[in-house]
Amino acid sequence: MAVLLEALGITKRFGGLTALDHVDFALEEGQIASIIGPNGAGKTTFFNVFTGIYVPEEGTVTFAGTPLLGKRPDQITQLGICRTFQNIRLFSNMTAVENVLVGMHCRVKLGLWDVLARSPRWTREESALWGRAGELLSLVGLRPKANELARNLPYGDQRRLEIGRALASRPSLLLLDEPTAGMTQGEARGLMELLRRLVRELSLTVLLIEHNMRVVMEVSDRVTVLDYGQKIAEGQALEVQRNPRVIEAYLGRKGAASAGAAGG
Amino acid sequence: MRRLLSQPIPAFILSVGLLGVTAYAVSHFPRSIVAFMLFQASILVLYFARMPAWVKGPLAAVTLIVLMPVVGSINGYYLEIAIQVGIFVALALGLNIVVGLAGLLDLGYVAFFAVGAYTWAVFGSPQANQFLAGGLFPLPQWWFFVFLLLGVGMAAGAGILLGLPVLRLHGDYLAIVTLGFGEVIRVLANNLDKPINFTNGPKGITPISRPPIFFDPALRAVGIEPDPNVIYPLYLYFLVLAIVGVTILVNRRMEDSHLGRAWEAIREDQTAAQAMGVPLVRSKLLAFACGASFAGAVGVLFSAKQVFINPESFTFMESIGVLAMVILGGMGSIPGAVLGATVVTVLNLQVLKGLSLWLNELRNAGTTIFGWSLANLPTQLEPAKYERMVFGLILVLMMIFRPQGILPARRRHRELADGPGEKR
Repeated sequence: MAVLLEALGITKRFGGLTALDHVDFALEEGQIASIIGPNGAGKTTFFNVFTGIYVPEEGTVTFAGTPLLGKRPDQITQLGICRTFQNIRLFSNMTAVENVLVGMHCRVKLGLWDVLARSPRWTREESALWGRAGELLSLVGLRPKANELARNLPYGDQRRLEIGRALASRPSLLLLDEPTAGMTQGEARGLMELLRRLVRELSLTVLLIEHNMRVVMEVSDRVTVLDYGQKIAEGQALEVQRNPRVIEAYLGRKGAASAGAAGG
Repeated sequence: MRRLLSQPIPAFILSVGLLGVTAYAVSHFPRSIVAFMLFQASILVLYFARMPAWVKGPLAAVTLIVLMPVVGSINGYYLEIAIQVGIFVALALGLNIVVGLAGLLDLGYVAFFAVGAYTWAVFGSPQANQFLAGGLFPLPQWWFFVFLLLGVGMAAGAGILLGLPVLRLHGDYLAIVTLGFGEVIRVLANNLDKPINFTNGPKGITPISRPPIFFDPALRAVGIEPDPNVIYPLYLYFLVLAIVGVTILVNRRMEDSHLGRAWEAIREDQTAAQAMGVPLVRSKLLAFACGASFAGAVGVLFSAKQVFINPESFTFMESIGVLAMVILGGMGSIPGAVLGATVVTVLNLQVLKGLSLWLNELRNAGTTIFGWSLANLPTQLEPAKYERMVFGLILVLMMIFRPQGILPARRRHRELADGPGEKR
């Protein structure tokens, strides 16, 4: 499989704090990969580098052969990377369907004139947009709530709406920042079902940041572990789970010793 | 009342009845402010009445195109008020795009109004002869229409000019910079009389040409001798009405398009909007240009209506006034902006002035209440002088009891056609 996203030697500092320290990362097409790590390990910073919100001090990022550094977030979205946010960032005073429609913005090929003159092109394209928004809402199970304000949706629905909105830009790579945070085990499982379906049906590649280990182990083809801005382990879920450095990062040195003793 | 208005037939009878009665009242008591305000209120009733669009549309058109000019020909001052209302409606609608939809707090909006006004004022008066040789100015009247478009372009250009440096700012910082921009334009108008006299400084520019009465031959053909004192107010009224119509149309089309949705997304969460593929720079510049262009058009009209303009008409207070209209009506709501502009203008021009007059009459007549003669009232007590105070009070009360505005923006509910992926 071809490498879709590749990051080499990414370093990002905030003042004296090194959030990412020469991290290399590669993601193959059609995979579901996870990034895990303790709080403050630099996972979200990594996402922000991919989506153009932060510019790293060192390193390069290429996506499907195109260098991403120096591109604006909206340009990166247009290239086919879209994301969700750790703390949900919907357009709260807009309806569910409008949120999805905003997600389609970079795929709309209409000029100012089409809008002002209500040209036939506008009518056609606009109804196509609404049609597709309806489909996307069905896909994430929110069709009946299309006209609800985003802020009035229950938490789980907001998470799924964010995914629907991200899918609206027709990404080939979807970045999900803690998609199951605050969900029950059942809801989380439902979401993972959805992710698998998306990867199959839309030929999507998915990169997750996740704390819910059960989800991570179940769904990921590959797991990367960050700690203090450094990559400490990478590989298949089971391998990573047994890696002593990972156990240490999560449980501390002492905990790692006892966990190792218990495991061994 | 609400129940009556929710059914088409009673609603029709009620609104037509009210319009008829109030118009009749105005014709009988041409000097009664109350009668005219009741007439305006019945236009509002018509807006709220629920009836099919093919009834309501023509009814509204007849009211604005026939009834209002008739009322205005009974008392010319009412037409003047209608024109002022129209000017402020267009301004409020323009600012509504910038502040209400895109969420970019602009405290110097009146600058674009000034740009439009000065565009025509300089070339539609002898003023341009001061710096352009040839004695070509004032330009012939028909140039007014060219300048109407040119004013739109100039104001849109000024909007982009303001937009470019402030793109990285938002919230309070943006507000301060726009405030400064507004002042810069006013100060420029005030001081560009030397070394080359562009704006004639604080003395202002006069006489500014009015739009041509191109339908003059047609009027004579039907046997009407056009009297400029009657024709011009009517003419300006229709021009304002046309500009307001276009403004509302453009506003609605923008709002219902991907561009309008992008603005709203920026207002809700700028970072998320950009991450979803909305180009911030282009969208914000478009919002600034779009909002400014309405102010430009109406500015050209304003200078032609006033015949005289000076920098005093474009102070910071005007910007605040227009902003207050938008907030009072309901941010991001087109009917709200229209209503807000109307309420504020009528309040300033009619209610408070009317109260002053009334108080004066009572004072002069020496009416006594509870044994105390009103003739003892201090002459300083004149509601018209407390315009800003009353106005501020209303705003404060609004923010406490109805912060979303009089007619808040309503989300449009739209039924989605059943897609192929639908599961029931």
